[in-house]
Amino acid sequence: MPAVQDTIDRVRKIDVDQYKYGFQTEIAMDKAPKGLSEDIIRFISAKKDEPSWMLEWRLEAYRRWVTLDEPKWARVHYPKIDFQDLYYYAAPKSTPGPTSLSDVDPELLRVYEKLGIPLKEQEILAGVQKTDASELEEPSDNVYKSGRVAVDAVFDSVSVVTTFKKELAQAGVIFCSISEAIREHPELVKKYLGSVVPTSDNFYATLNSAVFTDGSFVFVPKGVRCPMELSTYFRMNEKNTGQFERTLIIAEEGAYVSYLEGCTAPQRDENQLHAAVVELIALDDAEIKYSTVQNWYPGDAEGKGGIYNFVTKRGDCRGHRSKISWTQVETGSAITWKYPSCILRGDDSSGEFYSIAVSNGYQQVDSGTKMIHLGKNTSSRIISKGIAAGLSQNTYRGQVSAHRKATNARNFTNCDSLLIGDQCGAHTVPYMEAKNATAKFEHEATTSKISEDQKFYVMQRGIPEEEAIALIVNGFVKDVIQQLPMEFAVEAQKLIGISLEGSVG
Amino acid sequence: MLEIKNLHARIVDDGTEIIRGLNLTVKAGEVAAIMGPNGSGKSTLSYILAGREDYEVTEGDILYNGQSILEMDPAERATSGIFLAFQYPMEIPGVATMEFLKVAMNEQRKARGEEPLKIPEFLKRVKDAAASLNMDMAMLKRPLNVGFSGGEKKRAEILQMKLLEPNLCVLDETDSGLDIDALKIVSDGVNALRSPDRAIVIITHYQRLLQHIEPDTVHVLYRGQVIKSGDKSLALDLEANGYAGVIGQAA
Repeated sequence: MPAVQDTIDRVRKIDVDQYKYGFQTEIAMDKAPKGLSEDIIRFISAKKDEPSWMLEWRLEAYRRWVTLDEPKWARVHYPKIDFQDLYYYAAPKSTPGPTSLSDVDPELLRVYEKLGIPLKEQEILAGVQKTDASELEEPSDNVYKSGRVAVDAVFDSVSVVTTFKKELAQAGVIFCSISEAIREHPELVKKYLGSVVPTSDNFYATLNSAVFTDGSFVFVPKGVRCPMELSTYFRMNEKNTGQFERTLIIAEEGAYVSYLEGCTAPQRDENQLHAAVVELIALDDAEIKYSTVQNWYPGDAEGKGGIYNFVTKRGDCRGHRSKISWTQVETGSAITWKYPSCILRGDDSSGEFYSIAVSNGYQQVDSGTKMIHLGKNTSSRIISKGIAAGLSQNTYRGQVSAHRKATNARNFTNCDSLLIGDQCGAHTVPYMEAKNATAKFEHEATTSKISEDQKFYVMQRGIPEEEAIALIVNGFVKDVIQQLPMEFAVEAQKLIGISLEGSVG
Repeated sequence: MLEIKNLHARIVDDGTEIIRGLNLTVKAGEVAAIMGPNGSGKSTLSYILAGREDYEVTEGDILYNGQSILEMDPAERATSGIFLAFQYPMEIPGVATMEFLKVAMNEQRKARGEEPLKIPEFLKRVKDAAASLNMDMAMLKRPLNVGFSGGEKKRAEILQMKLLEPNLCVLDETDSGLDIDALKIVSDGVNALRSPDRAIVIITHYQRLLQHIEPDTVHVLYRGQVIKSGDKSLALDLEANGYAGVIGQAA
């Protein structure tokens, strides 16, 4: 069919130019020399004014890391990473912590503006509340209408501005950079850091433990419902800086928090490594909702230069009746290696994983989740939608296990894959293990192609081909989009359309 | 408005020729019925008019308002005013009917250089059109055609046709799967669209629909050609005597 060659041509055109978030900003950086050693770790720790226990923690991780090998089991292929050829610390040069937006380097604010992400910081700072839903088109049912977002912006490695701190403080919520938390709330950090993802967990998590430079810290005390959504926009900027965020979120008994993470990155010639660790801890009756929209540079037409994203995200439903929900929309990165997981330790706790993974061009995605049922009457739900286009490979890898004492564990898994074109691949690798006879696991999986009939029908109504595909795909992922807070839902739908541009012939 | 000249077309995949030298002219304001036995090429003709890629035109031309449309893709044809009401409307899971209508209407407006419709104006148009077709607004919140009954699907097609205001409407077996009440509602909807600057082509196997939508001309399609044309009495004749007589004459 002639369409095949055409598809290849179109896919070829997905170039750096088409990556609309590909640009670099010029801000003076303060950085450590290339490479990784105990000295570099001491440098990072000193730069951040860390207490000695933190340095020791990092060094211990580093010493373990040098003994580890990179994991090879994922269905992704990439050239060997030279870990000595990366910078491990870069901070924007500025006077100590700005207290308001007007103190922030205007160049930085322009970057956010250029990104077009729904930050609306000025609005928020001016107290403008986005409660007017009529502005948005057809808000779906399950969206938050609070319209208020507190932002902890990470520019490269250091949190530059944190808004809404005062109001949060009144509610007793701590929302700050992890560096600040280490200085200001050492007892909390000491108690919880590494308690979900230990320093020995895996190659990338161990590396992160040694060199993490920043990230967010959230603490919601007992009985408090966080008054607004918390949000961090990650953005990698300095060339060749591996970015190693560390996020720690704790919801005490009966607390609730919703956290949004979204990111875009400038274009790049060399691969950027990103190895974040996110730890969530929910105590009795607590609930944490963690949403991600990821749109990092996927690489050029040959698949070169994209970001390598090796992330360890894990939530611990430590308390009874606790709940952790992960929602992710993954459209960027050359390589994605990511399995947000839940440990269902407390009785009657529940975990959820809603995922949309879109791959195009030469992108490789290996993503999924783990639901580890330890407590009694625990339940989990997995809804995964993979969309593969171009020459990409899209793998769902999931593990559901019920341990011996996990009576009445329940899981429902639904994995749907959608193929666009005939040069891409979708793979589903579910692992299930029940050591308790009362466990009930359900698994559904489908793989389909966008049918010519559907496309023709939609186009016959005057909707151009790419928009038609985007519409059908957005319908396909609807169940997951509905789980996102409204600000993200609208952005995510647009992003999915953009990601699939050039995917059809 | 529509001029089909010596059209030959075949299936791309296996080369089977379906349309073999078809000629047909439909003027603005005209309602033309195309009838014919199964396998005569009726549905294929509707697909070719709408620009489906599975068929390849090997000879002849299709002129719409004097211009060839053969090089236009389905979306371009649609925005130029050609609408096909499908015999089997496709299900679009996860896309609310309302949302689909809005996207389609605004894409067409965009192509014509018009501003998108404001939400209240859009809602008003949809409400009015739905009411005239006896459709419940709650149904429009459901994903397009998903779980719709045969009659609901056909009504949804006519609803789209009303809202998109095409110049050339092609209805492919719109009467199939309709009970008598639904047939009446759908026919009324089509009749309401009759206008001096709009042409309607009704593709149907039976005369039944033509009792409700009275055609100006009737054309019999057989083996990819129009073998006989006439006025509405031809349809009655076919109903009474079957296709065999007409086919016999042509042979």
